[in-house]
Amino acid sequence: MKYRDIIENALNGHSADYCEIRIEETDNSRLTYRGKSLDTIAQTSGLGGNVRAVTKGGWGFASFNSLDELTTKVADAVAQSKAVGGLKTELGEVEPHVDLVPAYVVEDPTEISLDEKKRQMDHYNDLVWSVDGINSADIIYGDTSRKTFFGSSDGSYIEQQQIHVISRISAQARSGGDVQQAGFSLGSQGDYGLIRGLDDKVTDAAKRAVALLDAKSLEGGERTVVLDPVLAGVFVHEAFGHLSEGDNVYENEKLKEIMYMGRKFGGKHLNFTDGAAIPALRGSFKYDDEGTPATRTALVREGELVGRLHSRETAAKLSEQPTGNARAIGYNFPPIVRMTNTIIEPGEATLADLLAGVNDGVYVRNWYGGMTQHEMFTFSSGEAYMIRNGEIQEAVRPVMLTGNLFETLENLDGVGDDLDMNQGGGCGKGGQSPLPVSNGSPHIRIQKCLISGA
Amino acid sequence: MSESLLNAATDKFDEAEVYRIEMESHPVSFESGKLKEIIRRDTSGVALRVIDNRRIGFTSTTDAARESELVDRAATLAPFGSEASFSFPEPSKYPSVDIVDPAVPQVSQNSMINTGEGLIAKLMDEWPDLLCDARIGWSTGRCQIMNSAGIDETYEQTSYYCSLGAQLIRGTDMLNVWAGYGSSRLFGEAELDRLLQTVRRSLRWSKETAIATSSTGDLPVVFTPRGVGATLLHPLLSGFSGKNVANGSSPLGDRWGEKIVDERISIYDNPLIKCASGSRPFDDEGIASRKLGLIENGIAGSPLLDLQTAGQLGMTSTGAAGRSLASTPSPNSSVIDIAAGDTHFEDMISGIKEGLLVEELLGAGQGNELGGDFRANVSLGYKIENGEIVGRVKDTMISGNVYKVLSQVEQVGDSSDWVFGSMRSPALQCLGVDVSVKDE
Repeated sequence: MKYRDIIENALNGHSADYCEIRIEETDNSRLTYRGKSLDTIAQTSGLGGNVRAVTKGGWGFASFNSLDELTTKVADAVAQSKAVGGLKTELGEVEPHVDLVPAYVVEDPTEISLDEKKRQMDHYNDLVWSVDGINSADIIYGDTSRKTFFGSSDGSYIEQQQIHVISRISAQARSGGDVQQAGFSLGSQGDYGLIRGLDDKVTDAAKRAVALLDAKSLEGGERTVVLDPVLAGVFVHEAFGHLSEGDNVYENEKLKEIMYMGRKFGGKHLNFTDGAAIPALRGSFKYDDEGTPATRTALVREGELVGRLHSRETAAKLSEQPTGNARAIGYNFPPIVRMTNTIIEPGEATLADLLAGVNDGVYVRNWYGGMTQHEMFTFSSGEAYMIRNGEIQEAVRPVMLTGNLFETLENLDGVGDDLDMNQGGGCGKGGQSPLPVSNGSPHIRIQKCLISGA
Repeated sequence: MSESLLNAATDKFDEAEVYRIEMESHPVSFESGKLKEIIRRDTSGVALRVIDNRRIGFTSTTDAARESELVDRAATLAPFGSEASFSFPEPSKYPSVDIVDPAVPQVSQNSMINTGEGLIAKLMDEWPDLLCDARIGWSTGRCQIMNSAGIDETYEQTSYYCSLGAQLIRGTDMLNVWAGYGSSRLFGEAELDRLLQTVRRSLRWSKETAIATSSTGDLPVVFTPRGVGATLLHPLLSGFSGKNVANGSSPLGDRWGEKIVDERISIYDNPLIKCASGSRPFDDEGIASRKLGLIENGIAGSPLLDLQTAGQLGMTSTGAAGRSLASTPSPNSSVIDIAAGDTHFEDMISGIKEGLLVEELLGAGQGNELGGDFRANVSLGYKIENGEIVGRVKDTMISGNVYKVLSQVEQVGDSSDWVFGSMRSPALQCLGVDVSVKDE
């Protein structure tokens, strides 16, 4: 156990209510393509750490790249926590763990040679350019190994390693001042195999970009929309997930009144879950960045609020149990409450059932992005198609959708039976982005959803 | 340390460059009206970029013990690297820019805590139901560039910043407003008052709710300086990015020197403005800073170029290289300065029979920005009716194209206001913005 002695010695004799040290070692590889050629190839490495202390409910945090004089850094963070002060420290009970958790790997991307990665991405770049009418390609490949060494004054010492690989492949077509793009994102924990065998997807994206130049734009307004599992995953993350994070609620009396357990958000077909204990996904881990074991948390069951995501502090302050959702993007940030793998549990409808009876609706697939501000949220599709007479018809230009938690979930009237995960995204909150998360859903249908024009 | 790394790299490769940063920052943060956390962040690291047989190798580390590995790592990478269209620059004369205030590192924890408490107390006086967040902090940074062509330059800068946010919940209706400012100089009551005024104004305008009128571009939309930043700036700058110009994705393509927007629009990238966040004597490749006209009187001036994109286009760098420690440089804006016009904000509003005032967006940047398009939910915006701001709008989306919108400018505000210390803009009144609204 590499840093156990250093961490335990540094924590020895600290005078805060609670204190922890997290050290991180990272190694990253990245390839990007812009235009016709390779733009960058880079390998970077990092070492850093932090001390976090709490005294009378006030937090002190110190981050650094040099591990020298850790004892002084502990004293600094403790002094900062005392300067904040306050009333009392409340942290949810978590049994201390001593554990060494190796990386979950299927085919380790860090073992693949740079040469092979480059040949693979060169090939996809060539494929994009083989489609007539392409103006530029935008391709990213990245892999990261993150080893964390966590020790706390409660007696925990946990070493964990995570290896992630991501890719985004996007093609652009241009006609005069009109530039259109289409693409897709992928991600995996521990499996380089995901990067192989994408020829059809790449060619398809390039062809879609060219076709978008001739596609019509929809007029803005309310419509019935059917979302594919990927975009529906982004929807549950944005529309519901963020408001279920305990740190939004724990010191906000008004929000507590709104987000009470048992509150009804929609019909019995609504069942939402989040959890890092769901194995082998991008948001999966054994312990969070406070050393709390991962769980699987039911957020909504049969349309009612039944659970929330927590750090040790938000759990204690709301008299609920820690859920293992305190996560930090890196050593220079304190852990905050984050989602992990968020899903809409499948129902019984087939895609045909959801489309049946829809006229002048929109079938939206794939994602560009999404954002939440409390009850308001927006998310963007990567593809959009008209639905008429219950059938998916011609492509239109991708749309942005917007909604309001309290109305949109009421209008979510159909949940499919075909759960699929979206592993290509990352989440941003409090300046910490992109954090590896996944989300998933079956196809879903929303009535009266506001979509943007153009 | 940088010198030995550069020497080792120069021995092995045709050309080499060492970029080193050191930073120290000290924020204090308030959550739900109470002091929550005091932070100290120390960051340091080094990046090595080499050119060998016209190919670029790049690597970096924050682990001082592994700096000696960088040369070997660069040697592994360079044979695969992208083709270099430049050589590292020789030393030149650098302008002096006022970006250090010795008072900044002297700011005490207590003084930052008092500032935060004062701001929150002043807001709560008038609006007792608010939940307030605040962040006050200072930082110092040091940036060093050395290369095999003889550049060995370092600059230091200080930064002081303050942000204030407020949340108001009525039933299931939630309002979030915030304001922030940063400068290399320690600022006092006048600037803090301006932050308070911004938040108070938003709260006042949001007292009532209103339903926006949907429009296909025929109703006037006013962007506050922040609204300009939130809506128009990113899709516009993507057209000026040297990378997009070099690979043919910029709609400006070969339109340099042509009129692209209304002649009242002039936009500069100016890293020489004293005390601004983003000002600097040279860019992250050691090219001297200068004021660059992106658009002057409606005419497209110059793209933002770093060494690589300038080389690809057969031009010279405009000193626009920006980078983080773990990434290769790429062309970026530094401080954006949009020229003011001659209309008082009040006169702008009072001249509008029906329209929309846009301050903040949710989800901007998700669309197809490359072509200059924007679309987003209006997270903070107001309806204008018969010359008055009548209330906050919700469930409203705007969309449009920045080139089209800036060609239909009706009024330009007479004062350029700082937005978070790195952009200065007047309010703009434009046509050509689509507004979509939920059915009643």
